[in-house]
Amino acid sequence: MSEPAWTEAVVADGLRKTFGQLVAVAGLTMTIHRGEVFGFLGPNGSGKTTTIRMLCGLMAPSGGTATVVGYDIRTDAERIRRRIGYMSQKFGLYDDLSVRENITFYATIYGLHGAARTARIAELLEELSLGQRADQLAGTLSGGWKQRLALACATAHRPAMLFLDEPTAGVDPASRRLFWQKIYALAKQGTTVLVTTHYMDEAERCQRLAFLSRGKLIAVGTVAEVLAHFHQPTIEDVFIELQRRDEGAAV
Amino acid sequence: MSWLRRLAALPLWAMLWKELVQLRRDRMTLGLMLGIPAIQLALFGYAIQTEVRHLPTAVLDESRSSESRRLIEVFQNSGNFDVVARVADRTSLARAIETGRVNAGLVIPPDFMRDLRRGRRGEAQVLVDAADPLASSAALSGAQLAAAARSAELSGTGPPALDIRVRPWYNPGLRSAVYIVPGIIGVLLSLTLVLITSMAIVRERERGTLEQLIVTPIDKTSLVLGKILPFLLIGYVQITVILVLGRLLFRVPILGSLPLLYLLSLAFIVASLALGLLMSTLVQSQVQAMQLSFLFLLPNILLSGFMFPRQAMPAPAQWVGATLPLTYFLTILRGVLLKGVGLSVLWPEALALVGFSVGLVVLSVLRFHKTLE
Repeated sequence: MSEPAWTEAVVADGLRKTFGQLVAVAGLTMTIHRGEVFGFLGPNGSGKTTTIRMLCGLMAPSGGTATVVGYDIRTDAERIRRRIGYMSQKFGLYDDLSVRENITFYATIYGLHGAARTARIAELLEELSLGQRADQLAGTLSGGWKQRLALACATAHRPAMLFLDEPTAGVDPASRRLFWQKIYALAKQGTTVLVTTHYMDEAERCQRLAFLSRGKLIAVGTVAEVLAHFHQPTIEDVFIELQRRDEGAAV
Repeated sequence: MSWLRRLAALPLWAMLWKELVQLRRDRMTLGLMLGIPAIQLALFGYAIQTEVRHLPTAVLDESRSSESRRLIEVFQNSGNFDVVARVADRTSLARAIETGRVNAGLVIPPDFMRDLRRGRRGEAQVLVDAADPLASSAALSGAQLAAAARSAELSGTGPPALDIRVRPWYNPGLRSAVYIVPGIIGVLLSLTLVLITSMAIVRERERGTLEQLIVTPIDKTSLVLGKILPFLLIGYVQITVILVLGRLLFRVPILGSLPLLYLLSLAFIVASLALGLLMSTLVQSQVQAMQLSFLFLLPNILLSGFMFPRQAMPAPAQWVGATLPLTYFLTILRGVLLKGVGLSVLWPEALALVGFSVGLVVLSVLRFHKTLE
C-alpha cells in the first residue's frame, strides 16, 4: 500500500450536497495547503459543518469531488479515516467513561496497542494537562476540559490532518487560549488544521480563511486579502456584512 | 500466527471492552435486565397457579348412580375442580358457563353406569370455558388426569374404562399451564434484546458519540458486533434466571438436554440482537426505537403461540406467526424442557432459527452505514 504523494491537504472541486430541496453546499472549489491552519467562517447554515462531514467521509457528496490527504473521499473514505482526526460540534465522547478510558478506547480503535499505546496515552495526558483528571468520568468535566479530552482522542493517532468543527464554542477564554496554543503546536509539527469558528479573534489567528454563505464560497485568502475583498476594516465587519446580505436575500 | 495477531488487533475488542465498562456503570439497565425476568415470572407464574386450582364447576349428573357420584368425587378431590352447582339440564349448564358463574361443567349421561356394567366404556364430557387460556389450560389437563385416575381404578391395566371428552369452549386448543414459563423465556428475550439493542445504537446517535466513532477507521463489523455481543451475555443470564426460578417456584421440569437448549438459544438471541440492530437503522430517536420494539412485541405475544395456540388461529395469523423467530424458539423451549425431545425432532425449528439469525445479521450489517445519513 503505497502512500500517494500529496502537497495539498484538501482539494475540493465543485463539491455539492443537497438534502431534498435544500442545497446545503452548492459547488465548493478550494484548496487547503499542507501544514496550514485554515479557518472556515460563515453564518449558521452556510454549509460549514456539511462540508467538513463530507471531507471526513461522514456524508456522501451529491456531486463534485474532493481529495483529502491525497485520497478521494468517494472511494477511499476508510484510508482517509486513518489519517485524520475530527472533533464534532457536539461533545462526542462517552460521558460514562473516564478520561483515561475514553483516550484508551480511541487510541485502540486507531490501531495502537501494547507499550506504544501506553506511552501515547501518557503523552496525551501530559500534553493536555489531563493527568490529574485521568480517572474522572468525562460527563462530569466542564466545557474546557471536555474540549481538551476531545482533542486528545482526535489526535491519539497523530493524524496528518485535523478537522475541528467549532471546537471552542461555549468554552471559557483561558481554555480557548490554551486550546489554540495546542493547535499551533500541532501545526508546527506538520499537522494541517481545518477549523470552523464564530470567534473573530480566532479567525484572525488562521493563516488563511474561507467565507461561506448559503453553501457558496464567497472569499478565500489571508486575513488581509479577505478584508480587501470586502472593503471592511475587520473580520467581524466582514461577517456582519455577510450575514446582512444573507438575511436580505432571505426576505 | 499472523491471523492471531490480526485477530488481537481488531477494533472489536476495544468496542467490547468499552461496552462492558459502560454496562457495568449503567446500574439501572443492568438491574432492569436481571429484575424483569424475576418479576415477569412471578406475575405470570403465580397468576396461573392461583387461577387454575379450584375452578368453579357445575355438574349435570343424568346418570344419578354410584358410578357417577364416584366420578364426581374424583374430580372434586383432584383439587382442580370445585363443584359449586348442580344443574338439571344442558341449557342451564350452558347458561352457567356463559354467565361466568362456573368455568367448567361435568356432564355424565344417563347410561353412564349401564355402559360400565356391560363392559363398555363409560362416556362423560367436560366443558371448559377456555376464553381465558391461562385459567383453562390446567383445567383441561386436570380433567384428563382425573379421568385417567378413575379409569385406572376401574380397569387396572386393561383398556381404559372411561372415555371422558374434554370440550373447550371458545378456544379449542388444549394446553397445559406449565407451558407458560418456557414461553416467558422466549417473550422476555424478544422484548429486552430487541429493545435494548435498538436503543443502545440510537442512543449513541442521539448523544453524538456515533459521529465521533464512525469517523474512525473502526470496521463496520467490529462496531456492530462490539455493540451487540455484550447483550448475548445478558440474554444467557436471563434464560438462566428464568430456568432456575421456574424450577424453584413452579417446578417446571427440564426433561431434555440443557446444553442443547443453550446452544439453540444462541441462534435466537443472535437473531433478536440483529433485529434490534436492523430497527436502529430505521428509527431516528430512542422513543421511536421503543415504539417500534413494542409494535414488534405485540404479534410475538399474540401470534407466536405464547398465549394462544397457533392451530386455532385463522390461516393469515398463522402465516404471520411463521415469520417470527419466537414461534420456532417456543417450540424448541417447550420441546426440550417439557417433552425432553432433542434435535432429531426439533431440527426444522433449529434450522429456521439459524436461518433467521444469519439472514438478520447479514441484513443489518448491510443496512448499517458508517455515515450520518
